[in-house]
Amino acid sequence: MFLHTCLICFNPYRWLMAKIKYITHDNKIYTIDVKNGLSVMEGAVQNNVPGIDADCGGGMACATCHVYVREDWLDKLPTKEDGEEDMLDMAFEPKTNSRLSCQLIVSDVLEGLAVSIPSKQG
Amino acid sequence: MNKTDVLIIGAGPTGLFCAHQLGLIGLKSEIVDNLDKVGGQCIELYPDKPIYDIPAIPECTGEELTNNLLKQIKPFNIKFYLNDRVEEVKKNQDRWNVITTNKKEFNVSSIVIAGGVGSFEPRKFSIKECEKFEGKSLFYSIKDKNLFYNKTVTIFGGGDSALDWAIELSNNCRINLVHRRDEFSGAQASVDKIKKLQSEGKLNLYTKFQLMLVRGSRNIESVTIKHDDETTKEIQTDYLLGFFGLIMQLGPILNWGLNLNKKTIEVNTENFETNQPGIFAIGDICSYPGKLKLILSGFHEGALAARGCFKYARPEEKLRFEFSTTSKSAKERLGIN
Repeated sequence: MFLHTCLICFNPYRWLMAKIKYITHDNKIYTIDVKNGLSVMEGAVQNNVPGIDADCGGGMACATCHVYVREDWLDKLPTKEDGEEDMLDMAFEPKTNSRLSCQLIVSDVLEGLAVSIPSKQG
Repeated sequence: MNKTDVLIIGAGPTGLFCAHQLGLIGLKSEIVDNLDKVGGQCIELYPDKPIYDIPAIPECTGEELTNNLLKQIKPFNIKFYLNDRVEEVKKNQDRWNVITTNKKEFNVSSIVIAGGVGSFEPRKFSIKECEKFEGKSLFYSIKDKNLFYNKTVTIFGGGDSALDWAIELSNNCRINLVHRRDEFSGAQASVDKIKKLQSEGKLNLYTKFQLMLVRGSRNIESVTIKHDDETTKEIQTDYLLGFFGLIMQLGPILNWGLNLNKKTIEVNTENFETNQPGIFAIGDICSYPGKLKLILSGFHEGALAARGCFKYARPEEKLRFEFSTTSKSAKERLGIN
C-alpha cells in the first residue's frame, strides 16, 4: 500500500482556510488565513484588523462591517441576500462594489480575496 | 436628585430583564435610554423580524419580546427616562452620582450598564463640510416641520424616514429626493406615493446619486450630487436632510474609568461587575472570555448582576436564594396573592 507522506498535502488544515487580504484605508495590508466557514468579518475581528466594527455581531443589522470588494471578485462572491442592500444604504460611502463582510462566508473559492476597508464605518 | 438602589443604562431586553431580577429581590431601579422608546436594538433594528432563540419561545418579533418584558416588569413600576443619556458618573462615598444630558440627577448604590453597543445616534453625511451646517440648514431628524415651509428641501435616503418625510413635506415644500440606487427599503406604499408625486411634478427624484459637495456660506445654497456613472448635477436647495438610520456610539461611557476592550466593557463572570466597584455591565456591551452576544446571555448576566447590586444596596442584609414559584416575598413584590 502506498502511503502518501507529502507534508503539504498531508497538512489537515491545508484545505480548511483561505487567505484573505484586508487593505485598510491608509493602505496597510493584513493577509490573514481565515478558516472556512467563518465570515470575512470574523476573520478581521478575531485577528484585530482595524476598521471593521461589526457592532451587531454579524446580524446584517448595522452596516459597520462594510468593505469594498475588488471588481474581479464581485461575481465570485455569494449573492446578496434580501436586506444586505438595504443595510448598505446606511453604510459610510457605499459604492457599487460594497458588501457587508459578515455576509461573505469564507471557502476555498475565496482564496486570495482582497477587500478594502472604508475610512470609517459610520 | 433621584435616590434609588440601581440605575440601569439601556432599556433593551437585557436592561429590562435586569430590572425584573432587581425587583424580585426587592431592589428599586430606574432606567435611562437615549432612544424615545423602550426595546433597544430589538425595537430600533428589527421590530418586526422574528427571533428564534429565546428559550421556550419558539418564535417572536423584537417588538413582541419587548412588550412581553414590559408586561413582566409591570408589577415593579419601573420609572423610565427616555430620550436621555447618562453623561457623568461620579463616586460619592459608597454610592454613585449620575447626571444625564437632560440634567436629571441620580444617587444610586450601583449602576448597571446594559447599553448594547452604545447609544443610537443618527448616521451622518460623509462629507466634512456638512458639519458646519448641522442644526442650521442640515438635519438628521425633524423637530419642527414648519421651518421648511415654502422652501426647497433635499432629502437623502431610501428608507421609511426619508420617504415619509418626502411625502409629508411635499405638501408645502419643493422636494428633491436623492437615493443611491433605484430600489428603496421603505414601505412599498410609500414608494408608490413617491413615484406618483414625481409624475405629478411635485417632487424631483434622483436615484443612483450620492452627495458629493455642499455649497453655501452661512446656510446651504446648493449641493452637487454624483451619479454612479460619474456625471454630476448641482441642485439649489435651502435645506438638506439625511436619513441613513442610526449608528451606535459608546459616547460618554468612555470617560467613566472603565476597563475597555475595543468597544466593550470588561467584566468578571461572577456578577458582571466592572473594574469600578458598584458598576456592572451586561448584554452586548460587556466582554469576558466566551462572551456570546445573545439575548439569553444578557438575561443570565442581568440575573447575576442584580445579585451583585444587592450587596451594595443592602450591605447589612444577606440575600437568600429563592425560587419565584415558592418565594412568598417574590410573590408579594409581583403583586400575586
